[in-house]
Amino acid sequence: MLPEPPRDRMRVQRLQDALFHQVTRFFAFSVLAILAAIIASLLYGAWPALQEFGAGFPFSAEWNPVADKFGGLISVYGTLSTSVIALVVAIPVSFGIAIFLTELCPPVLRGPLGIAVELLAAVPSIIYGMWGLFVFAPLFADYIQPVLSMTLGNLPFIGALFQGPKNGIGILSAGLILSVMVIPFIASVMRDVFEVVPGILKESAYGLGATTWEVVWNIVLPYTRVGVIGGVMLGLGRALGETMAVTFVIGNAHRISPSLYEAGNSIASTLANEFAEAASDLHVSSLIALGLILFFVTFVVLALSKILLMRLGRSEGEKT
Amino acid sequence: MSDTTVLYRKRVRTNRVALMCSMLAMLIGMSFLAWIMIVLLYKGFGALSLSLFTQSTPAPGSDGGLFNAILGSLMMVGVSTFIATPIGILAGVYLSEFGRKGWLAPTTRFINDILLSAPSIVIGVFIYAVYVAQVQHFSGWAGSMALALIAIPVVVRTTENMLNLVPGSLREAASALGAPRWKVVLHVVLRSARAGVLTGILLAIARVSGETAPLLFTALNNQFTSYDLNGPMANLPVVIFQFAMSPYENWNSLAWGGAILITFGVLCLNIVVRTMFRKKI
Repeated sequence: MLPEPPRDRMRVQRLQDALFHQVTRFFAFSVLAILAAIIASLLYGAWPALQEFGAGFPFSAEWNPVADKFGGLISVYGTLSTSVIALVVAIPVSFGIAIFLTELCPPVLRGPLGIAVELLAAVPSIIYGMWGLFVFAPLFADYIQPVLSMTLGNLPFIGALFQGPKNGIGILSAGLILSVMVIPFIASVMRDVFEVVPGILKESAYGLGATTWEVVWNIVLPYTRVGVIGGVMLGLGRALGETMAVTFVIGNAHRISPSLYEAGNSIASTLANEFAEAASDLHVSSLIALGLILFFVTFVVLALSKILLMRLGRSEGEKT
Repeated sequence: MSDTTVLYRKRVRTNRVALMCSMLAMLIGMSFLAWIMIVLLYKGFGALSLSLFTQSTPAPGSDGGLFNAILGSLMMVGVSTFIATPIGILAGVYLSEFGRKGWLAPTTRFINDILLSAPSIVIGVFIYAVYVAQVQHFSGWAGSMALALIAIPVVVRTTENMLNLVPGSLREAASALGAPRWKVVLHVVLRSARAGVLTGILLAIARVSGETAPLLFTALNNQFTSYDLNGPMANLPVVIFQFAMSPYENWNSLAWGGAILITFGVLCLNIVVRTMFRKKI
């Protein structure tokens, strides 16, 4: 005799299964819903400002809470320039770290050193800010800025970038501190993609007598180019949205100047400084519009990064 | 000297220079980490004392500690973990167990990875717009929600990765014994990946506890000790920010004390998690 009619039990189980499937599906869907809600609420909040100032909002340099006139150019410039500086410094250093971890490092140290690099990413950004403002900035002002002024500052065209008040805070210091913060992200993506290069390719090159550097430059890098660019884009995405570290050292001044030594403002630092104290509705709305611009740009950059990394993964799948 | 030796020497030299640069890059990276740690210890060690944990944030110039900030941070991180864990795990389960076909899983995976690196200050603006502006006051709940939104993608990502590591034969064996799908997932797959899923939650906690930007205009700050999540709440990152930027010496010293607490807490969590689960994250 059967303990229970199996058909009923099957039906109950099928129902439970369907329920379970739908519940997990709902939560997976909620991740998409969060994104949609973020975009919708930013658009809604930014609408008054976008209506008032039109499509020229990101390109107007006026930011005057007293007269209720707002434009995003200064913050957009600050965000872009600090991120570009960060990448210029971080890319070669990350590349070096990734080569070290994949090709040079003794296997025993590979794990601990890899973790150490990742710890650099785990340090909260406010700590970078404090370190940047109280430790890095004074040293930077005393030793590095004068040297840069005397060397790079005398070059035609780019010379003006390195002239100005040498007090250690401003666009350049913010960019340099950002570079330390994005190094671990770029380096660990580079290391991961370098590791997928088939050993046989590298061994063939070594067999032909190539040096380690030639193998890296002529075999590893071309093979992983897409992934490396993906890693750089990830770093860019991180740098664009970084708030606290930049807020500490960028100087929080609403102006644009040709010198990288001058104080400025990034989108994130403007939000951090003004959002809680914004008085007029238009001011709040303009700040949200800045947030919308930031979210849109980082979204595009991070999406590109993800697509590139997925492409590397897929071609990898085809080849093996 | 023949041409080939010249060429050979040149290649060897290039190689040596390049590899030296690579080592230098590694050295630079490590020295920044060491530099920050040393600065923290040097500046913050003096501020560490019992009163740091027992007294509330003081007025400028008087004695005090960070009790209210530590309490607020623990409460908000706790609540956000409580919100993010079930959502993150169930979404991760969908991606790994039901994500073979259809459009939802690949889209969610894609969007989740973007949210993972999305600027946290925008999350703060979002919570401000949908919650703080509606109820008209800053609150610990708002801060917790902002932190939860940052934690969810971390949990989703690690849960999916960890469940993917569970061998398919285990699922097949359970199904062959007649277990329904939900039992297979909850009692076999999730259970065998338990440690890994826990790692994801710990990583999310580590990620969230240092976040400052989203709390600036959600939880704001509170000078006094408060257990009320429905009002403005002190929290370590914002207190550190405010105190570090202030001109008062005792506030600055407390800021370094708080910085040391938060950094070493976060780093210890990371070290434990990463040494336990090397290669899998």
